[in-house]
Amino acid sequence: MDDFIAARSQMALSLGFHIIFSCIGMIMPFFMAVSHFKWLKTGNIVYRNVTRAWSRGVAIFFATGAVSGTVLSFELGLLWPEFMKHAGPIFGMPFSLEGTAFFIEAIALGFYLYGWNKFNKWFHWFTGVIVGVSGLASGILVVAANAWMNSPAGFDYVNGQYLNIDPIAAMFNDAWFSQALHMILAALTATGFAVAGVHALMILKRKNVLFHTKAFRIAAVFACAGAILQPLSGDISAKDVAKRQPVKLAAMEAHFKTEEKAALILGGIPDEQHDTVRYALKIPGALSFLAHGDFKTPVTGLDAFPKEEHPPVVITHYAFQVMVGLGMLMLLIAVFYFFTLWRKRKWLEKRWLLKLFTIAIPVGFIAVEAGWTVTEVGRQPWIIYGIMRTRDAVTPMPGIVYSFYIFTAVYVSLSIIVMLLLYRQVKMVGKLYDVS
Amino acid sequence: MLYVVMAYLWASILLYVLMGGADFGAGILEFLSTRKSKDQTRRVMYRAIGPIWEANHMWLIIAIVILFVGFPVIYATVSVYLHIPLTIMLLGIVARGTAFSFRNYDAVQDKMQVVYSKTFMYSSVITPLFLGIIAGSAVSGKIDPQATHFLDAYIFSWLAFFPVSVGIFTATICGFLAAVFIIGETKTETERQRFIQKARHMSLAAITAAALVLVAAYIDEIPLVHWLFGNPVSIACVVLAAISLIWMWVSLFRGSTRWLRIIAGAQITLLLVAITYEHYPVLINLKDTEGLSLLTHKGSDKTIHALAVALLVGSIFILPALFYLLYSFNRQEETA
Repeated sequence: MDDFIAARSQMALSLGFHIIFSCIGMIMPFFMAVSHFKWLKTGNIVYRNVTRAWSRGVAIFFATGAVSGTVLSFELGLLWPEFMKHAGPIFGMPFSLEGTAFFIEAIALGFYLYGWNKFNKWFHWFTGVIVGVSGLASGILVVAANAWMNSPAGFDYVNGQYLNIDPIAAMFNDAWFSQALHMILAALTATGFAVAGVHALMILKRKNVLFHTKAFRIAAVFACAGAILQPLSGDISAKDVAKRQPVKLAAMEAHFKTEEKAALILGGIPDEQHDTVRYALKIPGALSFLAHGDFKTPVTGLDAFPKEEHPPVVITHYAFQVMVGLGMLMLLIAVFYFFTLWRKRKWLEKRWLLKLFTIAIPVGFIAVEAGWTVTEVGRQPWIIYGIMRTRDAVTPMPGIVYSFYIFTAVYVSLSIIVMLLLYRQVKMVGKLYDVS
Repeated sequence: MLYVVMAYLWASILLYVLMGGADFGAGILEFLSTRKSKDQTRRVMYRAIGPIWEANHMWLIIAIVILFVGFPVIYATVSVYLHIPLTIMLLGIVARGTAFSFRNYDAVQDKMQVVYSKTFMYSSVITPLFLGIIAGSAVSGKIDPQATHFLDAYIFSWLAFFPVSVGIFTATICGFLAAVFIIGETKTETERQRFIQKARHMSLAAITAAALVLVAAYIDEIPLVHWLFGNPVSIACVVLAAISLIWMWVSLFRGSTRWLRIIAGAQITLLLVAITYEHYPVLINLKDTEGLSLLTHKGSDKTIHALAVALLVGSIFILPALFYLLYSFNRQEETA
């Protein structure tokens, strides 16, 4: 493995690991706050127990997310010093604000976790809400920084010089809103399905059924609301990418030739040598409609760009299809669940409904990882789209491949331990939390 | 506005050394405790640093963000030449942070506790050791941008007697700060006496390590003596620190701990002032060339302005909340 690939792999690994923890750290506090609110309003002790159990989960995920985030803030320089030398002052604004948000989150979490029975109960609840709100703000800010790499703004690039730097304009680049919205909804949906699924599994096992049912209901509503809203945000994103990064859209859709009434390609095997996709299902005009809102407008294909500016088509295309496919699956479950709540409440007790949610445990997070693959791989060969190539940003230090192996070992072991911890948390619900 | 940003950079480094340092030190104390007293040390420690430990480490994030937004060339240079110690430090931070909270939140108490504890203790020593090595390398001009050989560029930039001795000194200081901090959080007289004793030991260790740093500076031909005695401000700081050292020893032996935290904090502050005053405005010294100055290697004016505003506004939210967190948990300790 050469050092450049090793550096990219290490970055992908670190981001891929961190994203899971930050999604959960961003969304779980809201579940916790809802359950806490119900406990304070109804006095039903089960809600208090659910809240306490979830807050333990938040603590585990926050600690892991915090350290993996610290690693990333250094890795930007350790792996991509040339990039940071120029980009730091331009796109750093959201990071400096995120520092504040993250700090407040840590302080609020201190209050929340150690503050049971020590403060006014509403103040205590409020610190839990602050954990969620500041986590959400962190998420939006970091995604805004990533959006800048896709949609560089706030400077003039003249003869290799970055002039007239305006960090505020860089932060509010064209992509920040669509990317942040898509990410927040993705975090909500993925976390919701994972949490709901785990509780559904425990109900199926007939362990602490009342406890898990209350927890399931809260998480499932959030998950399903997110899953229904996400396609709308996906549509905003797709139209935005079509306008700003046509080459990324072309790679996502494996759309090789610019044409009117462009077909939407489902599945198939993209062949980059012959600029074609074999064995795919093609829906004529659908891509034109999705990208531009009518069936005729031509969609720019990969042929409009020189070969050395193409992102890896196969990875981008498959990752995109996986994301959309799983998104559709979650949408179906969500619609079905809301229909159940509305018309067929007796189905809520059915085992097949719970099994459906159990199967969906990993689905949201697979979609999140696939989506980030689309964003990041689809931007290649650029680190700053159209301005700086990723290859030119990499550290001159040789031997990055060993660093990659070490980080892989660390993150794999950490993942295993976190799974073990969660398994134990869930297993011990009867002893630790559901004592009524 | 540039001076606001530099002040924040300096303050966040100081606060990380003080608060993060005390936090690392808690692990070092646990590491050095006899097997019998480990549990007791751990219990007092969780009570003392539990609610604030996540916040203690945010200062590092603030410092690093200021560096990469405001002074990108400095951040990039350090990242390239100190890649290896930075990576080791990061692995230490990861291991320590996760082990600390996993140990606290694992629902089942079994042999995994041993794994968490071991990981926590070792990484509590390694992380400040490497933080010190990085700092020692940055001030002593070991980084050589002209180096062509791998070893010269990426290994000898930090693996030398002086940076390593600074690393050891940093670790001992962390242990000392932790002991002093925890004395104020103890509940019983025996606990208090135990941590007073730990503070004595750690202060002796820190003084020994400081002597080692002086020797290392002499051998590595680093003008440390000139940094400390080259200008009136640094001299004043060193003299004040020395006087307070006597005061501290007297109070440690008398067992009067009222001013101890303030003395310890002041000593570290004075030391940082003494070193940074002589180096200002250079943050990173380089081998055979001019060091990297904060005044010349800064981002655009608009960036510095926005960063300063962000930091000032951020403080309005962070500082009161942080003080309230410290205050309210202290008060509850007292009423409990």
